[in-house]
Amino acid sequence: MSEQALSRALSRRSRMAHLKKQLGEGLFHLYGLTGYLFLYLPIIILVIFSFNDSRSTAQWAGFTTHWYADMMNDHQIILSLWNSLFVAIVSTLVSLVIGTLAALAMERYRFWGKLMMDAVLYLPIIIPDIAMAIMLLIFFDVSGIGFQPWKANFFGVHLAVPYSVIIGHVAFNISFVAVVVRARLAQMDQVLEEAAQDLYADPWRTFWRVTFPMLLPGIMGGALLAFTLSMDDFVITFFTSGAGFNTLPVRVFSMIKKGVTPKINAVSSLMLLFSLVLVAISLIIGKGGDENSSANTMF
Amino acid sequence: MKRYTLLLLSVLLVLGLLLSACAKATPTAAPQPEKTEQPQATEAPATEVQPAKEIVFYNWSEYIDPEIYTLFEKETGIKVVEDNFSSNEELLAKLQGGATGYALIVPSDYTVKIMIDQNMLAPLDQDKIPNLKNLAERFRNLYYDPGNKYCIPYQWGTTGIGYLDGQVDKPESWSVLFDPDPNAPYYGRMTMLDDAREAFAAALIYLGYDANTTDEKQLEEAKQALIRAKAALSGYDSDTYEDLLASGENLMAHGWNGDFLQAQEENENIAYTIPKEGGVIWVDNVCIPATVTPEQKLAAEMFLDFILRPDIGAMISEFNYYATPNKAAEANLDADFLNDPAVYPPQKVLDRLQFIKPVGDAEANYQRMWDEVKAAP
Amino acid sequence: MKKLLTLLRKRPSFQAWLLLLPSAFWLFVFFIAPLFIVLIYSFLERGTYGGVQWHFTLENYRRTFDPLYFKTFGRSFYIAIVTTIATLLIGYPLAYYIASRPAKRRGTLVLALMIPFWTNFLVRTYAWLTLLRTHTGLINVTLMSLGWIQKPLPLFGNDFAIIVGLVYGWLPDMVLPIYAALDRLDHSLLEAASDLYASGPNVFRRIVWPLSLPGVVAGSMLVFIPSLGAFVTPAILGGGKTLMIGNIISNQFLAAHDWPFGSALSFVMMAVMLAATLIYFRATSDEERRQL
Repeated sequence: MSEQALSRALSRRSRMAHLKKQLGEGLFHLYGLTGYLFLYLPIIILVIFSFNDSRSTAQWAGFTTHWYADMMNDHQIILSLWNSLFVAIVSTLVSLVIGTLAALAMERYRFWGKLMMDAVLYLPIIIPDIAMAIMLLIFFDVSGIGFQPWKANFFGVHLAVPYSVIIGHVAFNISFVAVVVRARLAQMDQVLEEAAQDLYADPWRTFWRVTFPMLLPGIMGGALLAFTLSMDDFVITFFTSGAGFNTLPVRVFSMIKKGVTPKINAVSSLMLLFSLVLVAISLIIGKGGDENSSANTMF
Repeated sequence: MKRYTLLLLSVLLVLGLLLSACAKATPTAAPQPEKTEQPQATEAPATEVQPAKEIVFYNWSEYIDPEIYTLFEKETGIKVVEDNFSSNEELLAKLQGGATGYALIVPSDYTVKIMIDQNMLAPLDQDKIPNLKNLAERFRNLYYDPGNKYCIPYQWGTTGIGYLDGQVDKPESWSVLFDPDPNAPYYGRMTMLDDAREAFAAALIYLGYDANTTDEKQLEEAKQALIRAKAALSGYDSDTYEDLLASGENLMAHGWNGDFLQAQEENENIAYTIPKEGGVIWVDNVCIPATVTPEQKLAAEMFLDFILRPDIGAMISEFNYYATPNKAAEANLDADFLNDPAVYPPQKVLDRLQFIKPVGDAEANYQRMWDEVKAAP
Repeated sequence: MKKLLTLLRKRPSFQAWLLLLPSAFWLFVFFIAPLFIVLIYSFLERGTYGGVQWHFTLENYRRTFDPLYFKTFGRSFYIAIVTTIATLLIGYPLAYYIASRPAKRRGTLVLALMIPFWTNFLVRTYAWLTLLRTHTGLINVTLMSLGWIQKPLPLFGNDFAIIVGLVYGWLPDMVLPIYAALDRLDHSLLEAASDLYASGPNVFRRIVWPLSLPGVVAGSMLVFIPSLGAFVTPAILGGGKTLMIGNIISNQFLAAHDWPFGSALSFVMMAVMLAATLIYFRATSDEERRQL
């Protein structure tokens, strides 16, 4: 075979390989897009029907914005939205610290009582919501702790959040954070940490310089999961909250007794808008960030 | 050594808490002595007591015109905050679990009976509620609360069948559900209430039995009827069935009269009927839980008196389309509304309506059989 | 103090318990202690209308051995397994997709994954209802007006609808742990490997899969368990016609006023699930060790 023919054959092969790779990449993008479409499909429907000119969301009856005006005038709903955000943020932060520490212990050590802690950490995930809700209600009632309100000024809004609700949310969030962080830890190479330990000889610095940055995707994942669970919880919040305190899911659950009105959709759309603005901000901040640091790209 | 102590301390603390929790758990389970004493305590110093400035009204969602709160606050200076629940069972479980702080609650008839039996309600001071005289005669001696000692009836209604007029014939009998015709247009386009007692009541009434029977054979028969109905249902639904009817997804639904009347706003073809075998009648009531403070109780009684006024009673019915037990309020209501048989059934239909009553330990039986219906293919 | 530090280093058990102190404290006080109340309740007789009577009995546990409940458990198990597999099949490539994007984009993509879930759960579920309803649902109406189908597809009121709802609801619980495990996988390493092995499947099997395994294990658990206990999704999308174990338990606490039996059922289910979870994690962590 002449040299020319050989090089031609080779370049054709590499071109084919390149093409194949591009095709694969294209399909991959398509898959990602479809995945996100699946996630956003009901959300689009939800937003459309928030403009429905009818008491129900069962059929389209024309365009109106009056559900938004209605929502804005409903102080109870707005207050319950702030309550939800407050409970979700506080319980996420608390459970994030506690859960991450627990994950480190469970994944990095062998010790007496490990099996028991394993069980204790999984139980809040396994227990049926209603059983946890009722047992917490009885517990708070008999122990006399928890129902006092935490008076907080949250972005200028005055809230009175019963400690019982936050305590309950943290109790289930710890486990979810721990599971996600453990998944990250199990995959991480310990060699790097050991090398760092030899280098710095200070566990504190090793943790902040090496372990923590590597752990970050797990911590972020755990935080997002905890926040979402907390925002969405109905059963436990319903039973552990005292009189006069409502989160958004508690409001919505009682509202659907009279059918799903577009007002509920309007509240959801508002939250959607709010989160999209947050993401846009994070994008703008993220642009200035360091390529290798997940911390900057995350928020 | 510090860690040792810390560990030991935390373990001790947990143990201590555990023990105290168990020890204290006893009184809640026994018939709650501290709670039964409270009503008496609230009555004694009634003269010096000032009404609370703010009370929480635990109500069903969209059951009262919010304007009423504004009017009440203008008149008395007392602010009413509304919290919502969505079923009698939730309300009962939450209060039994020890939730407090509610000055007014709205349980339905059979739940009132349970609550009175368990000393969960505070007796009303009828002197504080002069407007009680506005109540219609037939709502003064209901089986669950004779003499209105604990509650005032709030609204009442019936359970029957809603349907799309023009698309299906008026269902004259419950047989449309319990002996369904596979070729009928409504086959597969019906819903039943997702509620064990309501569903069994419908089946038992169809079979000609008492809606509160504890007879195993009758219940078994009703269960079989419910399983037959299941094949013809698109689902069990207690929340959005009226919307699904309005949109034309379903053609017939087992449900509460006021819901269908509200849905007429979306679709005027919706009609409501009580089949010839009869149906269920229910009364929602406003009551005061035994856990209130004397100040809250006084404010709550003022509110009860307020909603018993003729003009306010009419406002409530205009808002939620349910019949009012307030005789004096009828003067302020539309004649069309008062003559609507879907709201105020004629006497011969009323005679065929039954209350759902608590059945004691047989509740477990009902639930077990309902589970069997749900698990049936 | 120095003695303490050496002790700390020499005895890893202490270090571990130090790290566990906050979680152990919180969970023992606010979870295990209340759990004891439920445990005690499960051995008591029911109060006629909720609450309990203080008479010891084993009757509640005897009642859990009921063919109806076994059947229901089996059905819930089947739905949960199908849901978990479907979620894994959809979620794994999605997690891999996110993890293989440039670092800058990943955060945004993860957030975009979560945003739909910051709306309300019930509202989302009812939005699915708008899509899936048999006669007036958007999917069937669209397909019929296009003439692609003559009769509406059975999309609602069956297992299909329940599984769609559950997969949708728990997708982030699958994607997040897998993404967390896959993130920062060195992609130049993968390129090199793909040059070396010259086959995609090989690279996946030898490098990507073992690394992601902890995430898959955690994600599967986070999807399986709540699916098994689900009771709102079956009630709404399944038309309430399918009985799941979550419905039975919540009905005991609410509609049936039978707290002791509800507690007993909860405990039996928790015991089974806890044993399964612990065995599952033991087995899979051995597998991980073997693979790495």
